[in-house]
Amino acid sequence: MSRLTSAATRIEKIKPMNLHEFLVSPAETAQRHGPHDRIVMSSRVRLARNVRGAAFPGWAKKPERVKILEAIRPAVESLPEMKDAFSEAMDNLGALDKQILVERHLISREHAAKNSGSGLVLNREESICVMINEEDHLRMQALRPGLQLRQAWGAIDHLDSELEKNLDYAFDNELGYLTACPTNLGTGIRVSAMLHLPGLVLAEQINPIIQSVNKLGLAVRGLYGEGTEALGNVFQVSNQMTLGETETMIVERLEKVLAQIIEHEENARQTLLEKKPKVVFNHIGRAYGILANAHSISSKETMNLLSFMRLGVDLELFPGAERSLVDELFILTQPAHLQKQFSDKLSAEERDLLRADMVRDRLKNVSRPVTKPTPPNTGN
Amino acid sequence: MLCTICKEKPATVHLTQIVGDKMQKLDLCEDCAKTKGINDPTSFGLADLDLVLGLGASQQLEQAAGGVELKCPRCGFTQADFKKSGRLGCPECYKTFADGLAGLLKTMHKGTRHTGKAPEALRATRENADKLKTLQTKLARAIKDENYEQAALLRDEIKQLTGRPTPTNVPR
Repeated sequence: MSRLTSAATRIEKIKPMNLHEFLVSPAETAQRHGPHDRIVMSSRVRLARNVRGAAFPGWAKKPERVKILEAIRPAVESLPEMKDAFSEAMDNLGALDKQILVERHLISREHAAKNSGSGLVLNREESICVMINEEDHLRMQALRPGLQLRQAWGAIDHLDSELEKNLDYAFDNELGYLTACPTNLGTGIRVSAMLHLPGLVLAEQINPIIQSVNKLGLAVRGLYGEGTEALGNVFQVSNQMTLGETETMIVERLEKVLAQIIEHEENARQTLLEKKPKVVFNHIGRAYGILANAHSISSKETMNLLSFMRLGVDLELFPGAERSLVDELFILTQPAHLQKQFSDKLSAEERDLLRADMVRDRLKNVSRPVTKPTPPNTGN
Repeated sequence: MLCTICKEKPATVHLTQIVGDKMQKLDLCEDCAKTKGINDPTSFGLADLDLVLGLGASQQLEQAAGGVELKCPRCGFTQADFKKSGRLGCPECYKTFADGLAGLLKTMHKGTRHTGKAPEALRATRENADKLKTLQTKLARAIKDENYEQAALLRDEIKQLTGRPTPTNVPR
């Protein structure tokens, strides 16, 4: 009897009741590792799909949207890979929970603004997230740590093939999968990777790299920062064109380009260390100094400094410190995540104080960066 | 720097997008970015910039229609609606606005014909159609070259392909 109860309690502990409670726990995804995760923070593949004979969500009247949601949601929930997934109607989620989902890159800002007639199905590993009635009836995405585009494509391709058995997709023999926006037409695929490129930024090589990547028809973006000044030196590279090529071709081209960007970033770091070690150590040392000692810090400054901390971890200047510590802070110091940990509504100024407290606390066991002796082979 | 749209509030969202040789820049305040739904890097596309700047996409549709206001018979969506949102109303709209979209798709994508994944039920017929097309081109060439032996072989192959019963559950 008592054993039964304790078993039940344990299950409850392992599986939180609902999405709201689930989002309280710090993002566990930061702990995960993947290939090339020094530079590639995460990989993502999303597919856009619509149901035949129904207006797209942006044009459909509310009853029609509700009907579509009611048709799609059970189909998604019944998939084997979505067993135990969180399934929520968007009007059941609070503004804060929605914002947290955005900060974790699980849903789009556009979807966070949706209410009745839209929904979300998220698996517990946070590796598959399906948005229902975003811009299209279905936006399904697979996320993986590090560089794993092929794996992400494989996962979402499989999910899509399973769903297709129960849903009649809007598909045209010439144009492929029909989407609300012509930019997604055909494959409906968006393949992207989040890259951390402090070396290329410091070496002032980022602009030519972005330009040559753009020339290949791929988009490079940094948000809330102009051009090269992407916040936290984090860039997203993704395909732009979705029609006229197969999904595999798109994935492989992005893989090829990413491999080159990774090489350039590694080279830039190596060259900086050889030619301008003081510049590198200065950035990392200052970042540590401020993060470990500040009593008020904005989200923007935090992200930019965390970027150099992350570089310091990569260069082994913080012995014993894990990259996941920094990656977790990238997520936890964002406004909604901070807010979620405190019950009272916080102003921006209060958030800056609490953010600084949290960062100081997390870094208290990280000792100041060691400075490696300059490599002997640098003559000048 | 002030917001490009409202020209009142300071711009805090800065977007630069370069595709090929085309570069477009946008500086928006947070409110305008939100109302335009373009403050999300994961879902932001070229058409969105067109939409904000009032360029390209919708004009192409208008020109193709030759001044006539097209309206989708299935969902009632019009060109004016496309101009407003940069999105279409329903899957059927791709037929309604096909002429205008053709030029747009050419500039936007690698090709104008889908070559990727297809729903399982349609896969067999798609493959057959592709095969048939290739065979017919080959046949035409063989006849032109007066290579009648090969032409006969190709003709038989085509016959076999078109004579094969197609799945009946294929939705149009």
